[in-house]
Amino acid sequence: MAHQFPALTPEQKKALSDIAQRIVAPGKGILAADESVGTMGSRLQRIKVENTEENRRAFREILFSSDSSMNQSIGGVILFHETLYQKDSSGKPFPHVIKDKGIVVGIKLDKGTAPLAGTNGETTIQGLDGLAERCAQYKKDGVDFGKWRAVLKITDTTPSTLAIQENATTLARYASICQQHGLVPIVEPEVLPDGDHDLQHCQYVTEKVLAAVYKALNDHHVYLEGTLLKPNMVTAGHSCPKKYTPQEVAMATVTALHRTVPAAVPGICFLSGGQSEEEASLNLNAINQCPLPKPWKLTFSYGRALQASALAAWVGKPENKKATQEAFCKRAQINGLASKGQYIVSGKSDAAAKQSLFTASYTY
Amino acid sequence: MTHQYPALSAEQKKELSDIALRIVAPGKGILAADESVGSMAKRLNQIGVENTEENRRLYRQILFSADNRVKKCIGGVIFFHETMYQQGDDGTPFVRMIKDKGIVVGIKVDKGVVPLAGTDGETTTQGLDGLSERCAQYKKDGADFAKWRCVLKISENTPSALAIMENANVLARYASICQQNGIVPIVEPEILPDGDHDLKRCQYVTEKVLAAVYKALSDHHVYLEGTLLKPNMVTPGHACPTKYSAEEIAMATVTALRRTVPPAVPGVTFLSGGQSEEEASINLNAINNCPLARPWALTFSYGRALQASALNAWRGQRENESSATEAFMKRAEVNSLAALGKYEGSGDEAGAAGQSLYVANHAY
Repeated sequence: MAHQFPALTPEQKKALSDIAQRIVAPGKGILAADESVGTMGSRLQRIKVENTEENRRAFREILFSSDSSMNQSIGGVILFHETLYQKDSSGKPFPHVIKDKGIVVGIKLDKGTAPLAGTNGETTIQGLDGLAERCAQYKKDGVDFGKWRAVLKITDTTPSTLAIQENATTLARYASICQQHGLVPIVEPEVLPDGDHDLQHCQYVTEKVLAAVYKALNDHHVYLEGTLLKPNMVTAGHSCPKKYTPQEVAMATVTALHRTVPAAVPGICFLSGGQSEEEASLNLNAINQCPLPKPWKLTFSYGRALQASALAAWVGKPENKKATQEAFCKRAQINGLASKGQYIVSGKSDAAAKQSLFTASYTY
Repeated sequence: MTHQYPALSAEQKKELSDIALRIVAPGKGILAADESVGSMAKRLNQIGVENTEENRRLYRQILFSADNRVKKCIGGVIFFHETMYQQGDDGTPFVRMIKDKGIVVGIKVDKGVVPLAGTDGETTTQGLDGLSERCAQYKKDGADFAKWRCVLKISENTPSALAIMENANVLARYASICQQNGIVPIVEPEILPDGDHDLKRCQYVTEKVLAAVYKALSDHHVYLEGTLLKPNMVTPGHACPTKYSAEEIAMATVTALRRTVPPAVPGVTFLSGGQSEEEASINLNAINNCPLARPWALTFSYGRALQASALNAWRGQRENESSATEAFMKRAEVNSLAALGKYEGSGDEAGAAGQSLYVANHAY
């Protein structure tokens, strides 16, 4: 506590800070394409496509081979392990395809949830074993940032102190290890939208969770300027009878961040949770128009909310490639505008865009 | 952890937030005139004046009789208990004199340091007993903010984890109680400049201390928008052989704050520690010109660094009163410019303004 044993050299710090700044450059956000095999299964099942390695590869290839102009809205792509080592039809590894567009490559690093005994169904996250070696290898293989998702849930008795503490600690350990290997850690403490709680309750819990996260990051000597945060927006529970406007969501969200996230953090990239594509864009836009001071970039790290229309357009058919790419690029562009508070809604919206993407107790 | 039992109503929050913003309005800072009887003894001793209640009254009157020019520079004055109930020569209570100038009245509420057994000479601060009743009374008597000073020291083994945690906790309890009584708490976790440590060491310790303070404030449900922070600037120890420029001090200070102080905190009002009047102004100015983004007001809460010249000009003689008031006014105006980043320096380092005001192991 009294002495500093520097975790990083100035050169290491600058490298991390530069990567983080590139990912959240103005107008840019993240494509979360890191769905695990099981999760891709749910996606593909919905469009009646078989969950094979080739189908997973084919869909990702369509996204990554979209027009280079996608790099104006996409600063980073998060990949799943399998995808990092797949190639496009010409034999080019996906990391190269992405990097050639000037987009930063990221990797999901956690190994899923594990139960916390003695709690009301709460979990922590595993994946710390051998993490240093994995990070070193991924860095060699073209990756510059990592992602690790912790999960908390709101009920009458949760999240408990233990769950908050334990998840904050594992996030901090993961972040520390990443930085030792030149990877920018995206810190994701997701508070699930399951439940009937109101907006205020979510705000309160989010504030407690984020305060614990930043205390843990400080305790573990993590260099904040070389990290990104991927939180939930503050929203009411999915079964809450009361409806809130994007402006209310925005105010609750920015207030919570204001009270907990130090200005040194360069960017906050929201997860979309169960929001529809359009909802996720409207909320992000409202957040960027919120009148409170916002010293960090406020942008997106969307999975479902960037890909739903694209999946619906593809339905597994190669001849739908162009339509798929157009659907994806359209959402990317819209979210790029939303990250600057410049998204003006036209009045007409696609059915797939509005359809809620909520799946109970979503585990990715 | 899971439920919110709101500590404050919306009206209470607004009142606290409004008070805080008034104190740190652009170009304004705080006059810390809350020296205890013992501290005043040292001050008066230095200018050969006897430490009587009347002399203390006469001296504070000099400061409080400043003309309307003071309104643009001083947003708040911190009183010692005795002074709250003293009057000017014409019978006007000091509290009234200050409030009539549109300046917010504050009160020191801590009761000094006590030792932490089992540590290397470390302390915590007492004053929590009956604090709620005292705050309620002070609020009735005209106070709208309070101050509580904790003290930490840098040496081989300090500050220890216990000292950091205990002082953070006691600050959070004080802050919580203040807010319940409509009083804005100024949170002061001072890290003393005693020692030969360098700038980096001070920065590291300051970051650890502030992270602990803000975690404790969150745990105790303190409303950050209705608080102010009074930290040390990040400086080398007074016996450190390396000299640093104002810009280096500014960079280290703002970096530490950016990593720990949530943007919701409306203002950071630096203590002057042992800095000379001119040093304290130059450093504050450099802080306000630092190229990093600063989401809070960065201003002063100076005691010695606002009063040294005034004390010297007065020397206990009634005929010197108006030149003493003028000397105070001058420092107030200089610091107001510094709080806006517009102070160009006096060029004159030889007078009382340049003289170091360092007193070893300052106990106030």
